Amino acid sequence: MPTPTDAAGTQPEAAASFSPSDTPVIKFVDVEKRFGDNIVLKDLNFEVAQGERVTLIGPSGSGKTTILRLVMTLEELTGGYIYIDGQPLTHENRDGKRVPVSKKDQKKLRTRIGMVFQQFNLFPNMTVLENIIEAPIHVLGQSKKDAIAKAHSLLEQVGLPDKADSHPSSLSGGQQQRVAIARALAMDPEILLLDEVTSALDPEVVDDVLNILRQVADTTNVTMLIVTHEMGFARDVSHKVMMFDGGHVVEEGHPDKIFTNPEQERTRKFLSAVLGH
Amino acid sequence: MEFFEDWPQYFEVAINWSDRLLAGLWTTVQLTLFGGILAFLIAVTLGLLAGSPNRWMRIPARILIEFFRGISLVVLLFWLMFVLPQIWMRNPDLPLRDLVYNTFLLGVIALGLNYGAYGAEAVRASLTTVASGQWEATTALSMSWPHKMRRVIFPQAWALMLPSLSNLWIHLLKGSAIAYIMPFVSDFTAELNQLRRPTDIWFSHAFIGLVVYFILALILTLFMQTLEARAKHKLGRGPSLKEILSPAPKAIPSEAPATARNTESTNMAGPGAPAKSPSEGGAR
Repeated sequence: MPTPTDAAGTQPEAAASFSPSDTPVIKFVDVEKRFGDNIVLKDLNFEVAQGERVTLIGPSGSGKTTILRLVMTLEELTGGYIYIDGQPLTHENRDGKRVPVSKKDQKKLRTRIGMVFQQFNLFPNMTVLENIIEAPIHVLGQSKKDAIAKAHSLLEQVGLPDKADSHPSSLSGGQQQRVAIARALAMDPEILLLDEVTSALDPEVVDDVLNILRQVADTTNVTMLIVTHEMGFARDVSHKVMMFDGGHVVEEGHPDKIFTNPEQERTRKFLSAVLGH
Repeated sequence: MEFFEDWPQYFEVAINWSDRLLAGLWTTVQLTLFGGILAFLIAVTLGLLAGSPNRWMRIPARILIEFFRGISLVVLLFWLMFVLPQIWMRNPDLPLRDLVYNTFLLGVIALGLNYGAYGAEAVRASLTTVASGQWEATTALSMSWPHKMRRVIFPQAWALMLPSLSNLWIHLLKGSAIAYIMPFVSDFTAELNQLRRPTDIWFSHAFIGLVVYFILALILTLFMQTLEARAKHKLGRGPSLKEILSPAPKAIPSEAPATARNTESTNMAGPGAPAKSPSEGGAR
């Protein structure tokens, strides 16, 4: 089981970046998110270091997915600040005033962030290969040749080397999700957001997808923010687990501690419910 | 019964088309084609603007859509044909004089504006019907708005908007008969009406009118259904055109009839049918 100390052995960069002097890759400052009158997140502060893998757990409606969607700019931030590599993502604090950042700056930051969705969201009007190379070519400006070569190696990595010319509709859910992972990785993201990526899958293919993500976690230095109900996976890959309830962090810590000996009664209750103890 | 004794004579005209009737038919076809193309361009432009998150694009587009959708086609034609030229009559030095006196062109513009405004609603509604997850995936890949629209969203909305556009195009074809009020433009209906006056065989002319418009509409429908089948196949739904047209339907056990039924039911929904609202992305 990889722990921060294990990671230090195999990934010196990642280990070095855990020192507190470094700029965190993701930093939430007094984040508030409300949908109308419904406050989903309030006064949320946390940091994620480079290469760190953080899993958010908690009951549904606790705001975990909203956090990922805020980082991906899929939801509008209604209060506070989010910093990516120290730069403001949506708003910045200018002399105490909260002002929106320019679209251009936001786009530049956003290309460093990738996301895999619960519902895969592959583009049905494109083949698997086209899905993967579309953004690297037209957003990052890679040459078509390079993008295709990379796409093929990614398809190999996710175990679908012969599906490049298939249409998403002809693939199973598990296969579609693996393509979606390849599509996100093709952008070389610094941060990968995984939003309940196995929740829509048949139980027998869940492990295939999780094993691919374990492999990505082991072989790259990508920072991951994960929302999942797969507690075994969370325990395997994360450096830190954060337990949410009602938009607040109830408890956070090393997965071994959270899963075996949580301090908070709320965490204990939640874990026993999901683990079926 | 005089009618039944004379009926072969009544129908002689069905074979014996005059040149003028043919010319009228050609005018109707041209009005339908050019009017349809202009309406399509207006529909896509206004539809995209009306679906824009930017209010400076959305509000003017909405005003134009509501205006041209709300005014009567006949009144619009009267304005273009009889009011607009008066300005040029009083000020002969104004530019574009030839355009303003070109009644055929004005007819095309009137049809394009009126039906384009309807079509804009169909375009906007289909864009909102594309699954929200598709929009989110384009954002996650940092695609620019024109890029995501051109490569991801519009191709998917295209399959959804075709039935409505097909309906509107048939409306436009039949609406083009209003051209008979236009000076110097004699469409099919105008020619039929001309023939009514000196002849007593109006019955058969009216019958021809019925059949010809029906056949034209049928051609449009078949063309649009072909486009729709192609669009759906590209999205991985339904068989390819080749499979549909092949005599042996073994490759399409269940999907083809499903597609056909689908087409019909959506066609009936028409342009005014409310679009399915996109699933709301709420707190999770």
